[in-house]
Amino acid sequence: MEHIRTPKVEQVRLLDRFSNKSTNGTLYLTATHLIFVESSSNNLTSAAQEIWILHHHIASVEKLSLTTTGCPLVIQCRNFRVVHFVVQRERDCHDIYSSLLRLLRPVSYEELYAFSYNPKQNDQQREEGWQLIDLGAEFERMGVPCDQWQLTDVNRDYKVCETYPRDLYVPITASKPIIVGSSKFRSKGRFPVLTYFYQEKKAAVCRCSQPLSGFSARCLEDESMLQAISKANHNSRFVYVMDTRPKLNALANRAAGKGYENEDNYSNIRFQFVGIENIHVMRTSLQKLLEVIGTRSLSMGDYLEGLESSGWLRHIKAIVDAAIFLAKAVTVEGASVLVHCSDGWDRTAQVCSLGALLMDPYYRTIKGFMVLIEKDWISFGHKFADRCDQLDGDPKEVSPIFTQFLECVWQLSEQFPQAFEFSEWFLLQIHEHVHSCQYGNFLGNNQRQREELQLRERTHSLWAYLLSEKQNYLNPFYSPAYCEAHPVLEPSTLPYHFKFWRNMYHQFDRSMHPRQSILKTILTLRENSHKAESTLQALENRLHQLGVTPLTTSDPPAHPPTRDQRTNSNSLPPRPDSLILGAPVNHKDVQGQDDEDEQDEVGEEAVESTDMERTVEGSSGTESRKQSYGELEGTYNNELAKEEPAVVSLEFGVARMTC
Amino acid sequence: MEFAELIKTPRVDGVVLHRPFLPTVEGTLCLTGHHLILSSRQDNTEELWLLHSNIDSIEKRFVGSLGSIIVKCKDLRVIQLDIPGMEECLNIASSIEALSTLDSVSLMYPFFYRPMFEVIEDGWNSFLPEDAFKDLESMTDEWRLSEVNKDFSVCPSYPPLVAVPKDIDDETLRKVATFRHGGRFPVLSYYHKKNGMVMMRAGQPLTGTNGRRCKEDEKLINATLRPGKRGYIIDTRTINVAQQAKARGGGIESEANYPQWRRIHKAIERSNVLQESLIKLVEACNDQSHNMDRWLSKLEASNWQTHVKEILTTACLAAQCIDREGASVLVHGTEGTDTTLQVTSLAQIILDPSCRTIRGFQGLVEREWLQAGHPFQQRCAQSAYSNSKPRQEAPVFLLFLDCVWQILRQFPCSFEFSESYLVLLFEHAYASQFVCRLFLRQLHKTVSLWSWVNRHQEIERLTNPLFEANSLVIWPSVAPQSLLLWEGVFLRWNRSSKCLDEAYEEMVHIIEYNKELQNKVNSLRRQLAQLETEDPLLQTP
Repeated sequence: MEHIRTPKVEQVRLLDRFSNKSTNGTLYLTATHLIFVESSSNNLTSAAQEIWILHHHIASVEKLSLTTTGCPLVIQCRNFRVVHFVVQRERDCHDIYSSLLRLLRPVSYEELYAFSYNPKQNDQQREEGWQLIDLGAEFERMGVPCDQWQLTDVNRDYKVCETYPRDLYVPITASKPIIVGSSKFRSKGRFPVLTYFYQEKKAAVCRCSQPLSGFSARCLEDESMLQAISKANHNSRFVYVMDTRPKLNALANRAAGKGYENEDNYSNIRFQFVGIENIHVMRTSLQKLLEVIGTRSLSMGDYLEGLESSGWLRHIKAIVDAAIFLAKAVTVEGASVLVHCSDGWDRTAQVCSLGALLMDPYYRTIKGFMVLIEKDWISFGHKFADRCDQLDGDPKEVSPIFTQFLECVWQLSEQFPQAFEFSEWFLLQIHEHVHSCQYGNFLGNNQRQREELQLRERTHSLWAYLLSEKQNYLNPFYSPAYCEAHPVLEPSTLPYHFKFWRNMYHQFDRSMHPRQSILKTILTLRENSHKAESTLQALENRLHQLGVTPLTTSDPPAHPPTRDQRTNSNSLPPRPDSLILGAPVNHKDVQGQDDEDEQDEVGEEAVESTDMERTVEGSSGTESRKQSYGELEGTYNNELAKEEPAVVSLEFGVARMTC
Repeated sequence: MEFAELIKTPRVDGVVLHRPFLPTVEGTLCLTGHHLILSSRQDNTEELWLLHSNIDSIEKRFVGSLGSIIVKCKDLRVIQLDIPGMEECLNIASSIEALSTLDSVSLMYPFFYRPMFEVIEDGWNSFLPEDAFKDLESMTDEWRLSEVNKDFSVCPSYPPLVAVPKDIDDETLRKVATFRHGGRFPVLSYYHKKNGMVMMRAGQPLTGTNGRRCKEDEKLINATLRPGKRGYIIDTRTINVAQQAKARGGGIESEANYPQWRRIHKAIERSNVLQESLIKLVEACNDQSHNMDRWLSKLEASNWQTHVKEILTTACLAAQCIDREGASVLVHGTEGTDTTLQVTSLAQIILDPSCRTIRGFQGLVEREWLQAGHPFQQRCAQSAYSNSKPRQEAPVFLLFLDCVWQILRQFPCSFEFSESYLVLLFEHAYASQFVCRLFLRQLHKTVSLWSWVNRHQEIERLTNPLFEANSLVIWPSVAPQSLLLWEGVFLRWNRSSKCLDEAYEEMVHIIEYNKELQNKVNSLRRQLAQLETEDPLLQTP
């Protein structure tokens, strides 16, 4: 690669973000990854840790001023990993720095990892991977087309709206002239189309962009379009129009010839502002949050204050509130709802997808969640390339809109532990790959662009990969019976139900995490149960062969496992790659993981044999936390000299007796 | 005084009970000497039995002739009783007020309580210092059990038997007691088997402004050091607070007189500050009209989480000194009955796996809180809703339980007990039919809480199904991001826990199913093995 000047630097120190801990190792720069390999002499007891950082994951590289020990290089990643290297020679540091600067700002899609990534699949497998999600089938599942809604070919060639998909569903009574007229009156041509159909009440969730109403403009076709949507639902005399923006923002847009629907011009609409902030506010909010939680020796007061002033949880709550409004309007009132914001691809996507997730248990399954993302985010043109900064673009277009959506889902899963087929790990893995550019799904800004890039022919689908290791992402508490009993989720949005998502924003800061995880333990147990089931069967067969009746029988499996793990009970899941995901479900599969660090201590945890004492991570005196408590080293001496010996900046400190 | 004098209206019909997240109940309200009882007199509806001592405060409201009493309990629950009739309502309210604020110990419920369950094991004999000392003796002969406090004359807040270094005689102890706040001379709190290091606790040294010293005190604590080793004194007060204490006769161990000890000051808040913190926190949790910003700023302003972090941090520090540095530790604050106990007991949770079992935790609470003389009656007289001016109230024990919960959250498989156990202890610390907080000398008249807890059905409810014995030291993270609000106590009555409970049930199912399978596999294996030994021909090659 022409951009790599120095492919290997030895004697690099990796500093822990929150303590004085550091490890020595070698830094490698490849065409796709930056790799840090701990030198084996550091740690005799555990395997050398490796950190693999995909270039696409790097959000920023910063070279700090030279210190006595070397030249510091701070790398911030989009998956919220922050690494701090100290390179001995300034020259090497500069080489790495400038290479990275170039590598992390690809200028064309062809440079993205997805185009070179090859998971050893043939073309047929690749093709099958892409066929896993079929949106036509999804609309059929909802009961569309039906007597009120039809598939229109008006956008077959992306002529009416180039950021929409080809296949769109509209009311039967919406003729082509109405559609075209309406699209001309909507920002970016994004006219009202169906995104979710609630069969039970025949109520529809539609989406669009803001109308070009300015101060007084109106458009008869657009009015007829809304009329058609309203007429398609016999259960309600009116249709809700949800403008997801704060009223002030919508008012300001009027000056630019855009704006919102005037209730006087549209018959039978109920207009409602929701007040979700725009992409710029969200970007700043996340920056503020990361800044606060990245502080070393953070006090509780500063943490809570920072959490508040960042506004992050307030924004998350606003999105969930909007989704609840939508879900209630549809399921309780049986009314159809039209959702829009400015362009209808950020807040609208958040609210429509989250609302559907509340209404329809299917979207809370692994497959259904993929379908939901494919439909409301990918196909309807959420600008992943811009928002996730895939190419060197406008930094003002970058915004954590999709991350917020994933977080909202996580917040809901905390309130309803049995309602989701997938666990938090699934959300984290999706987040990882939205930014990795390793699979084709999220590349580009809209379907048209994706077709031009021939992603289906040239890249692989993330969904196929995730489905192949589905058992890693299962939520052991999921209960289909629960979902049957509670098809519609009614979460509480009292502020204390919203928590800081530590496993997302501190995913790679192992010192922050609980040392034992209930999820992991239960998954291991299930795995063991499945093995025991087959062992039991084998033993029984053997006994029958011998003509003996088994003392106990397996036939009423007292508590039959509820899910399809059965089928895979013998194959151990491959190890997903990230700290949270990284902890192996079973100690046997520690090997074979390709990237990622941290395996030393966790690997010991699950010992199958029941008569062996379990060694649990986090404690065996000499290892795990030893260094992490190392912060007190040295401070202890000074502290008596100080007026107020604040010895314990003990985020993780050890008082060391040196005197 | 008879209870009857305080009860003007013993029963009212047609009372309606409102509770959050539960259907309303209409029924008859009865007042007895110790309980407020509401019964719908239908077989299927549960009755409300509320101990008067659990009532923190009440409010009255009137709409026409319908009166409402809002009862705020020490366990943070708030219920409303609609009582028809102005007079009845006023009578009931004044009775509740009188009955819930009785301060004569002998009128308290534990002295009237007769157990409805069979006492299998008398909790009063379960955790005697003698027994604890037997364990110690098996590990070391450097300590002895002293009877110097047999009649509580040396230190009124210590138990009759305390463990002290073998070479220190009772006469020395008496002298040391005069040099320590409240007579609380340094005693053994914990012996770390792994390296023989110890943790002691005491009251502050009474150095005063002119730097009084006490050779016997120095001798006592130096006797716990190995030759050539140093120890740590963890003072739970900031250096400023500790210096100021000198003016009131207290003080700190000076470097000059204690050259083998290094002093570390920490800032754990006490008394009124903590009580205010609790009141603010509960207020924030109960106000459902808050928006996100207001909630977070109220949470922050309550400082509760800061206290949790500070206490845990200090406990980690003490544990580090012992386990990592191989040094002995002396912990004290001012009196040595509050912050000191938080630190010594939490450090043991971290260091000693046996404290993480149900029984071991009982022993810990017994040793480090009850026998160590934490003034439960003063500290837990009022909870977060009381209108009267706080005197000695402080949620010191609740903060300890909160810290244990934080560690339990981080090590969900290392504790034999579940969160319910901690909640139970919180409830009983504030209002109980059992005694675990009254004066030691009156105990024999009452029933111990442990007797009740240690019954089979209770144990089952309080057991953590995930428990796998973990013999290691467990180091919690004390970063603010790792510490959570204890919802099980503070949001307990403000949210529906149905979904969470059901998920918990599911978890228990999974675990039980797995156990059952493993048992079956084992029994079949045995059967097969037996067959094979009986008939070697069966053995497969």
